[in-house]
Amino acid sequence: MNKILLVARREFLTRVQKKTFLLTTIGLPLIIFGFYAMIIYFSVKTTDNFRVAVADKANIFNGKIESKDSEVIFEFVQADSAALPELISSKKYSASLYVPTGFTLNGNDSLQFKSNKAVGLMTREKIQRRINKALEDKRYEAMHISKAQIDSLNQDRDLIKFSTANGKTDGETKVGVSYAVGMISGFLIYIILFIYGTMVMRGVMEEKVSRIAEVIISSVKPFQLMMGKITGIGAVGLIQFLIWIVLVFGLQFAIAMLFPSLTESMQGQPIQPAGMQAAQAVKSSGAMNGLMSGLASINFPFIIGCFIFYFIGGYLLYSSLFAAVGSAVNEDPQDAQSLLLPITMPIIFAIVIMTKAVNDPNSGLAIFGSLFPLTSPIVMMARVAHGVPDGVTYFQLALSMIFLILGFLGTTWVAAKIYRTGILMYGKKITWKEMMKWALKKS
Amino acid sequence: MSKILELAHLKKYYATQKAVDDISFSIEKGSIFGLLGPNGAGKTTLLRMITGIFYPDSGEITLDGQKFDPINDIIKIGYMPEERGLYKKMKIGEQALYLAQLKGLSKTEAMEKIKFWFKRLEMESWWNKKVEDLSKGMSQKLQFVTTVLHEPKLIILDEPFSGLDPVNANLIKDEIYGLAQRGCTVIFSTHRMEQVEEICDHIVLVNLGQKILDGTVSSVKQQFKENKFRIQLQEVPGNLNADSFELVDQKANQLTVKIKEGYKGNDVLKYFLDQNLSIEAYNEILPSLNEIFINLVEGSKSTTRAFQNIND
Repeated sequence: MNKILLVARREFLTRVQKKTFLLTTIGLPLIIFGFYAMIIYFSVKTTDNFRVAVADKANIFNGKIESKDSEVIFEFVQADSAALPELISSKKYSASLYVPTGFTLNGNDSLQFKSNKAVGLMTREKIQRRINKALEDKRYEAMHISKAQIDSLNQDRDLIKFSTANGKTDGETKVGVSYAVGMISGFLIYIILFIYGTMVMRGVMEEKVSRIAEVIISSVKPFQLMMGKITGIGAVGLIQFLIWIVLVFGLQFAIAMLFPSLTESMQGQPIQPAGMQAAQAVKSSGAMNGLMSGLASINFPFIIGCFIFYFIGGYLLYSSLFAAVGSAVNEDPQDAQSLLLPITMPIIFAIVIMTKAVNDPNSGLAIFGSLFPLTSPIVMMARVAHGVPDGVTYFQLALSMIFLILGFLGTTWVAAKIYRTGILMYGKKITWKEMMKWALKKS
Repeated sequence: MSKILELAHLKKYYATQKAVDDISFSIEKGSIFGLLGPNGAGKTTLLRMITGIFYPDSGEITLDGQKFDPINDIIKIGYMPEERGLYKKMKIGEQALYLAQLKGLSKTEAMEKIKFWFKRLEMESWWNKKVEDLSKGMSQKLQFVTTVLHEPKLIILDEPFSGLDPVNANLIKDEIYGLAQRGCTVIFSTHRMEQVEEICDHIVLVNLGQKILDGTVSSVKQQFKENKFRIQLQEVPGNLNADSFELVDQKANQLTVKIKEGYKGNDVLKYFLDQNLSIEAYNEILPSLNEIFINLVEGSKSTTRAFQNIND
């Protein structure tokens, strides 16, 4: 059997058979979901209504403040300002709002809001919004402006139809969805590079510290050992991701099946995963259909294909560098920190470019970042999410892929040279300067 | 006898040191060969070139009559390096199987051989244990097994007895003899001269990257003997006046004498016989390898081997 495969199989099996693998692969999503479920449960279940006693002496509100929300209830009472504290202390109401007799709508007068305890930020905001809205309506009324007139004033919002020169619609929701998809996939690749890169580094360090490196090297070439390790850990990463994807979809499906009412009520809640918040924002602007068409306009098989390519390409490119660093580190894991810096810098740089590229996929920086192999796995995902050829041309995509493959071959070649010297080097603290010397040395 | 390994003018220079500087020697099939030298003499570099881990800058290695091919000749070599270890979290059995497969054995072949060796060294109960549960001596034993498992023609052991108690060391020693008898060749690298004297047929001493001594153990001893003899007499005469030797040391009835140029051991014996003294014991004093080693190495300042610039 091929020796790279033998090494890869060991790396894969020893990691997958560990209890911690099951724990992180299956336990982690469950914990995250449990956490979310709890948050949602508690936020849905807030039974304590905030009842406000309104003493409207000036009769500004006409006995009614609009409150769709069940959490804050305004009730009009006939009471003097002196009697209001009593109402609060009797626990019937949580707060009181006193509108003095001389209150006018010109904005110079203020209202007094008293509560039995400090009002939370969310509730405070809700109360303010309700009352301001009510006051605003009253002001329009006083100026004899009807609701229809206001609406006709605001109708310009959707007047401008964005589209690309070749006739494709370029709706806001589509851009929003592309933004989210680009951001999420960029960050996923960023996380993958770090998690599995350091896993490779630790594996190499373990072999060095436990002194098995030379024993193995006498049976396989250092390059085979390094590639086997990278392949094995890469396979672990892929499996882990597949399990996560299946779990996430499975759990979402299960939750939807088990608590159909819960998912519905979740839509109205303020604390939600980011994606849902975006969905809610779209929905509140009355464009749920827009979101669906936005999602539909994204070519998911294409994006997933690109994601897998850049996932594998980026991982291979960086993991060999992580392996090289691991081989240069001695017993002290502290040494790894300083050696890692030149590797982590481009990854962080890539994330910075990516956040720019999701907004403006065709800026010079985004184009550079998506072609340069050290940053392209992260940056290109942001551009690809905007579609071809809007976000990125086919030519640039192909060029970026070729550069990534060349970059991977380059880093592997350099890393392999550092690796074979470093893995047998003991007791000496190695600097980047020395590592470069090994890399440039003729074999 | 044919040669299993021939080294011709091997050189390996590092940036600041001539680690191996033009070393040539050959090893006969089935022999136990001692590679000796002080720390930093270039032994490990030499062994790494023989095992294909390093490529020599120049020179040639011939293994079993053919030019050494580092990729395909791995199966012919078993190397136990000085810096050795095992995967701590892996089970013993799986580990042995993995290492054997890396050498190129098929799974069934490897299993068969592991079972044979585990049984032989009474390690069967270890199979499902992890390396972290083993003592240092036990893991040494396991390392030895994984080194010789694939029955290599050439076995290279770097300090094989470090950390072993006398019983286990003897066990391994017997295995080494056994392997040599079955036609394996063993290269044995160590600082422990008494082990070399006991085990090895042939030795090479390297210092400062160069070979300074090459020969069988007895020929080396002959080469460095100082013509000293020890005589034990029943009673020592008052004055010794002989042309053939001079007295070096005297302890009770035991005399150490050095033979003068042009005389032989029998001349000394003859002198005492002529004097009608009863001789209880008479033998030649050969230097121990330890003394030879220290003599040769001490003057060279190898212990403080300086870094040098290699420009060629």
